[in-house]
Amino acid sequence: MSVLDLEKEIIEDFELFDEWEEKYQYIIEIGQKLPPLDDKYKLDENKIKGCQSSVWLHAYAKDGLVYFEADSDSTFVKGEIALLIKVLSGQPAAEVVNAPLAFIDTIGLRQHIAVTRANGLSSMIKQMKLYAVGMNSKQ
Amino acid sequence: MEKTTLTEKGIAEFNVEEIRRNFPILSTKAHGKPLVYLDNAASSQKPQVVIQKLVDYYSSLNANIHRGVHYLSQKASQEFDDVRVKVQEFINAASEREIVFVRGTTEAINLVASSFGRKNLNAGDEVLISAMEHHSNIVPWQMICEERKAVLKVIPMNDRGEISLDEYASLLSSKTKIVSIVHTSNSLGTVNPVKEMIRLAHAKNIPVLVDAAQGIVHTVIDVQDLDCDFLAFSGHKMLGPTGVGILYGKEKQLEDMPPYQGGGEMISSVSFEKTTYNEIPFKFEAGTPNIADVIALGTAVDYYKSIDRNAAFEYEHYLMTECSRLLAEIPGVRLIGTASNKASVVSFVIDNVNAMDAGMYLDTMGIAVRTGQHCTAPVMQQFCIPGTIRASFMFYNTIEEVHALIEGVKKAIKLLK
Repeated sequence: MSVLDLEKEIIEDFELFDEWEEKYQYIIEIGQKLPPLDDKYKLDENKIKGCQSSVWLHAYAKDGLVYFEADSDSTFVKGEIALLIKVLSGQPAAEVVNAPLAFIDTIGLRQHIAVTRANGLSSMIKQMKLYAVGMNSKQ
Repeated sequence: MEKTTLTEKGIAEFNVEEIRRNFPILSTKAHGKPLVYLDNAASSQKPQVVIQKLVDYYSSLNANIHRGVHYLSQKASQEFDDVRVKVQEFINAASEREIVFVRGTTEAINLVASSFGRKNLNAGDEVLISAMEHHSNIVPWQMICEERKAVLKVIPMNDRGEISLDEYASLLSSKTKIVSIVHTSNSLGTVNPVKEMIRLAHAKNIPVLVDAAQGIVHTVIDVQDLDCDFLAFSGHKMLGPTGVGILYGKEKQLEDMPPYQGGGEMISSVSFEKTTYNEIPFKFEAGTPNIADVIALGTAVDYYKSIDRNAAFEYEHYLMTECSRLLAEIPGVRLIGTASNKASVVSFVIDNVNAMDAGMYLDTMGIAVRTGQHCTAPVMQQFCIPGTIRASFMFYNTIEEVHALIEGVKKAIKLLK
């Protein structure tokens, strides 16, 4: 599926919920299902700066596509990453770089989280796109 | 944990519903839910009279003070000067000259660390603080100690979050030049035996600064009874506006200290050859002060005078005690800070639950708590935790709000564990 189709799918999932509390619970459930990251990737160099919580991001390229794996000590952050991974992991590098990620605003995520958390989310997205830029230039 | 010792009659007689009507923000909503505001140790909400005072000031009083001969300037100056007397009475200072307007507790401590420190600290001298200080009562002292080659010493605390007076007394030496101690801990809620600590320090002629940022909100403080040399507190935690606070200093201490900042108001005469400084407290108030917020702080003091403060503090204590008791009954919850003498603050952690995730989940239910280190990183290090969830109470909170928090915590454990 394309980035846009995946974003649309997430937006439709969140339309089931009226209240922020329900959306939060859903993000937590997604976070709890995120496959754990192998400890060998939990290195300082994989840590994302600008996050209040510890977040590790591991990226790799396979068959011309970019893949992401991640972990955090916060289940909510894991939920956020899981949404980003759903949309971006397994896509061509150029698609990752250009992904609009408008779903974050559409589902009301950014408007409900504290500024420090929103900055952390932006840092995660920036880091994922930077990996993709790096891989794109190698291809 | 024992049940509250307060009389049920006293609690029933405290009319919290009437009080709540004075605070417009308490009827607002957060994420569509009724607001349950339990982050009072970070900043209190404001009664309507304080909000109105700010509007009135800018609507009909605004002018620079102590300069103009015109009507507005004189009127504003009068109101501003009146607040100094109100604050003097509020803490029972001996003279209004002992009240310095500052930006907040942080600036008050920085002022003393810088001015007192430059005058009195020399190589090898010691400054004594405690293990439960807020960063704003650690960093200013670290900075001046580094500059003056002095040493910062720390009074340890036990696992309940209490200082041992014996250990404290043993740290007071001929090298100690000042003790700077928190009255009530913002992260643990511990109320320190400051009066006794001051007595012990004074027996060795060591002056004491009391950080009363939390203490002033939950205790009636009488500086002459305490006999502290300095007292620092913020307006915004005690129903007043942000950006204004008080440094109380004994007249003799303030007289002995050099100015903190240079500028207008703090001078007596200026020429390019020599400037002479104004008398206290103006010596420490360079530049145009925060006129509007000082005046509204005066209204906050008036509000405190209009209520039965002792009853309010007893009621807050009841909320805190009930909250602690109910939290302790929940499996997996651990209270951080269990001193025998506590005020307002309940800090806790939940086994296997990230504090920030829990705080955020509570927020989705409209419940405002603080999560993290609460600007007391060394405290978290001692308890080997990354941070806590902190609920802190004011007299406008209700027992229903305590119950809402308890239900929220139970829901958080169910979802997040």
